[in-house]
Amino acid sequence: MSLVAQDIHVSYGQRVALRGVSLTARPGEVTAIVGPNGSGKSTLLGAITAALPFQGRVSLNGQDVAMLKPWDLAAQRAVLPQASRLAFPFTAIEVVRLGLQSGTAGDRPEVPMQALTRVGLAHYANRTFQELSGGEAQRVMLARVLAQVWAPVENGQPRWLLLDEPVSSLDIAHQLQVMEIARGFARAGGGVIAVMHDLNLTALYADSVAVLADGQRLAFGTPAEVLTDETLSRAYGCNLRVSAPPPPGTPFVLPHAATV
Amino acid sequence: MSAVTEEIETAPRDRLSRARTLHGVLAGALVLACIASLEIGATDVTLTAMLAKLVQGEALSQVERVVLLDIRLPRLAMGVLVGAALAVSGAAMQGLFRNPLADPGIVGVGAGAGLGAILAIVLGALLPAWVIDQTGNQLTPFAAFLGGWGSTILLYRVSTRHGRTSVATMLLAGIALGALAGALSGILVYIADDRQLRDLTFWGLGSLAGASWAKVLSAGPLIVLSIGAAMMLGRGLNGLALGEATAAHIGIDVQRMKSIAILAVAGATGAAVAVSGGIGFIGIVVPHLLRLASGPDHRTLLLNSALLGAILLILADVIARVVIAPAELPIGIVTAVLGAPVFLWILLKRRGLVEL
Ligand SMILES: Nc1ncnc2c1ncn2[C@@H]1O[C@H](COP(=O)(O)OP(=O)(O)O)[C@@H](O)[C@H]1O
Ligand SMILES: [Mg+2]
Repeated sequence: MSLVAQDIHVSYGQRVALRGVSLTARPGEVTAIVGPNGSGKSTLLGAITAALPFQGRVSLNGQDVAMLKPWDLAAQRAVLPQASRLAFPFTAIEVVRLGLQSGTAGDRPEVPMQALTRVGLAHYANRTFQELSGGEAQRVMLARVLAQVWAPVENGQPRWLLLDEPVSSLDIAHQLQVMEIARGFARAGGGVIAVMHDLNLTALYADSVAVLADGQRLAFGTPAEVLTDETLSRAYGCNLRVSAPPPPGTPFVLPHAATV
Repeated sequence: MSAVTEEIETAPRDRLSRARTLHGVLAGALVLACIASLEIGATDVTLTAMLAKLVQGEALSQVERVVLLDIRLPRLAMGVLVGAALAVSGAAMQGLFRNPLADPGIVGVGAGAGLGAILAIVLGALLPAWVIDQTGNQLTPFAAFLGGWGSTILLYRVSTRHGRTSVATMLLAGIALGALAGALSGILVYIADDRQLRDLTFWGLGSLAGASWAKVLSAGPLIVLSIGAAMMLGRGLNGLALGEATAAHIGIDVQRMKSIAILAVAGATGAAVAVSGGIGFIGIVVPHLLRLASGPDHRTLLLNSALLGAILLILADVIARVVIAPAELPIGIVTAVLGAPVFLWILLKRRGLVEL
């Protein structure tokens, strides 16, 4: 009952974006993917979500995703893309309902409002999506994704949240709120994979971390194992110093201490 | 007080049930429009007078029977079919291209159909005599229909690679195809004689004047089938509004859905253009008005578009028949005169929509 990506290769035409990346994410945990811009994080998520053609194997709860129909996949995992555009003036609540209809809680009309409340936007239910700020729009999309897999565990099977940079356009309070939602989903038995650009939030919230650089996996393990001076400096191509505050000692990276 | 407004603001607005109510309202309005269309015309024959006769047990005169059964009824049936087809094609195309300003004309279906029609008008006389005998006045509509289908299939080939359709490529290919069809049509206009030119102009503006039961029967089945297929696209087009990748993530078989949408649009537009020429603005104005009234949810938008499209086309046809009676205007002029300002007004009022 986990999400396993094995030896994933992806090319965009001539350009190779991923060369043999493997990743195992367990339910009950937040698994983070970090790495510099263009290292292949979104591409890896694209392969995991079967949105891109890829070589390799991805299995979700023991089933090969290549064999599953779109609606079967939609019942087991929800995907938050890095950027969301919406073509027509749907309201926030209507957007969330789109998620509800594709999941298995379709007979529970109260879920969309609960999901909007969870992301702190219940009062914007009737706002047109296009009228929302970037961060608000991102949170409405998160609510849509939550509505799709509303119960973290169903029929004894974990369900999955796959998030591409879920906090990139949020203020610090909402960054924490969204990461708490992700952690809450995992603690309730679901699985979470999140592409992260913020190393400190990764250190705070991730249970395991994969570091990508140039289409390859540089390291994979707990934050303490992976977020080291050597690995991060190599991945990001600048000298980074990882520090630890007094107990409990979550590592942190201070940009002040970096040399380029 | 403020608690009350808060309450009202946070209760999720239910545009879906409003849109469902609109199904009934528009269906009722369609019935009224049909009655009006049968009642009003160039002759003094009216539906009410005929009904009164029938109730009193009198027989209808020959003229009355011809006017009702062979002129107004087929024309009404064609108006309903064509109006519904154009509006549904517009709504489906806009959903497919995720652009509220897209229209079957844009992807070249209209251009291809038009080229077919013009070829038939100008070069039809060169065909072997037996073909002309067989097809009679159906030659032009039939050629238009073939042109519409041909261009759609070509577009689909050009823009589909490895089972994926690129909407952007299709849009650009549609522009190229439209330009090509326009250029070829331009050449044909030079070699056309006076009578053919008049035919071309009339056909290009769109008209229901040539309506007959034969035309209704030739275009009807394809239009009904295409509209029926489009009605199944509601959920898929809603998902597509989030982008192709997200649509797939929420469980939609995107390729299959796009194929159905393309075929439905080609069928409905090709058949409609074939029997009535290029009637503009229905496909763009109708879905626009409905989105303003009850939101963009395609599960209700498609059916409401069919109903409102039929209503507007019938009413435009009534206007076309009476404005300069006993002559009549091509209906495309009426829809353009009424539709273009509405369209511009929508753009002015809702400038933001253009950027969507
Ligand atoms: N659609 C595409 N076509 C061509 N190259 C792409 C495409 N998407 C991403 N790439 C390239 O693949 C590499 C990995 O991209 P991506 O996975 O988006 O990186 P990130 O880690 O920033 O999410 C980058 O070099 C990027 O330029
Ligand atoms: Mg990315």
